[in-house]
Amino acid sequence: MEMKKNTRSWQKHMEQVVYGIFLLLGLITIGCVLLITVYLVISGIPAIRQIGLVEFLFGDTWKPTAAEPSYGILPFILTSVYGTAGAIVLGVPIGFFTAVYLAKMAPRKIKLVVEQAVSMLAGIPSVVYGLVGMMVLVPGIRELFDLSDGACLLAAIVVLAVMILPSIIKMSVTALEAVPKEYEDASLALGATPEETWFRVSVPAAKSGIAAAVVLGVGRAIGEAMAVMMVSGNVANMPGLFESVRFLTTAVASEMGYASGLQRQALFSVALVLFVFIMLINAALNYFLKGDRKS
Amino acid sequence: MKKIISFALAAVLSLGILAGCSKEEAKQVSTDGSTSMSKVILALAEAYEEKTGTKVSYNGSGSSAGISAVLEGRADIGLSSRDLKDEEKEQGLTGTVLAYDGIAVIVHPENPVADLDLETIAKIYKGEITNWKDVGGNDAEIVLIGREAGSGTRDGFETITGTEGVCAYRQELTSTGDVITAVAQNPNAIGYASVASVKDTVKALTVGGVAPTEDTVKDGSYVIQRPFVLVTKDDQPLSEAAQAFFDYITSGDANEIITDAGVVPAN
Repeated sequence: MEMKKNTRSWQKHMEQVVYGIFLLLGLITIGCVLLITVYLVISGIPAIRQIGLVEFLFGDTWKPTAAEPSYGILPFILTSVYGTAGAIVLGVPIGFFTAVYLAKMAPRKIKLVVEQAVSMLAGIPSVVYGLVGMMVLVPGIRELFDLSDGACLLAAIVVLAVMILPSIIKMSVTALEAVPKEYEDASLALGATPEETWFRVSVPAAKSGIAAAVVLGVGRAIGEAMAVMMVSGNVANMPGLFESVRFLTTAVASEMGYASGLQRQALFSVALVLFVFIMLINAALNYFLKGDRKS
Repeated sequence: MKKIISFALAAVLSLGILAGCSKEEAKQVSTDGSTSMSKVILALAEAYEEKTGTKVSYNGSGSSAGISAVLEGRADIGLSSRDLKDEEKEQGLTGTVLAYDGIAVIVHPENPVADLDLETIAKIYKGEITNWKDVGGNDAEIVLIGREAGSGTRDGFETITGTEGVCAYRQELTSTGDVITAVAQNPNAIGYASVASVKDTVKALTVGGVAPTEDTVKDGSYVIQRPFVLVTKDDQPLSEAAQAFFDYITSGDANEIITDAGVVPAN
């Protein structure tokens, strides 16, 4: 009797210990997020205060090392927005139709091969995208559009569009495959052709999943630094399709190595702005996923 | 008995800590200054630590900050990628040239232009000359390729050509390799890179008729170059470890390492 009681209390203790370990591990993740957030806010605010929020966000000249330095990041913000929008315009149609094809039309063998290729595309390091872009895409754009130099916003958009394809395709395929077969069967039974069924029934049923895929793509595109740094020319101009431009991410990455003083602080502020953008995108993602669960 | 043992143990341990302290302090050399010199100093520090066990620290704070660090006694050796100014010398500092950093101006191999003078290069980078035909080349727009703000090579190039902060770059890249690749890809491009890193994929221009080589950089006839200076105090001798490191890197024994780091040794 005594023995049994002991084992039971030992078990209970053990359970508590394991519970504690899991809680601790869970807290590490939250701790990291909190740490980064607090650190970014603390190190990002002083420069914004010193420069002035309006001048910082809406100033159109970035010259941190000039004799009279100016710290306006509007060119970076607009470039990031245009670049991401461009990548979505190019990448989403390709990704969406590939996903519909893979989920609904493709024969098993082809589907297997294409899915493998998509996975591989996702696994390629971004510096490789950048390098290939620099060696092939940039000279190609120069010749095609008869420019003096091909490093421009367009090159970055093309690279980003390719880079967001895997996440869009994979998530859309999952969403489309999760559509209950009864919906499609019902549609087919009512006399709709398979194509009508896919685009009128399956796609609307999976729309929140597809929307989430697009938002995920936006997040990937706006956060990418290495690849766009190598093909976009990296000069703080106002964005234009054939202009040499600099993104929010590359502004931080390219100058952080040597920056000091206010320039360094301002780079933290740029990172803070980027962080706010990504938080907004995450909020949007949560919204779409929640919508999915409700329906 | 137990007490005595634990006391003895504690005493031995604390002695160990003290010993560790004094040893560490004696065998530390601190350097502070120019970010452009980081590559050569870190290579030298690594080789020296392997050879003697002495640790050499490096803090990349910029030439002026490094000079004041020596003046305030925060570093043993200051690193400056420019000659000392007269007022700095008057404060009791001596500069010893460790090496010369030559910056080559590079173009695409098919570009017919082979020589430019310093003034023309400055005009090109300021955007006053925008077409290759004005300097004897093809009728094509000149594409300016440079480094990011804060880079040592950019700082060196702009200081020497007198174009600080006014260069109208088309591309600002973040490494020497990227600049060389970009210039090699574009027949209308012009860029700059340290002399030692120039490869066959691009053509290095002669400046005022002088080709950028180790010899012309060293004797000063190639003008786009600047000294890498070790800054020390006149009145106060270096610590033993710092003096030994100083002697080693200026003796000529370390020249191979200096050359490997892309600059031309002075001694």
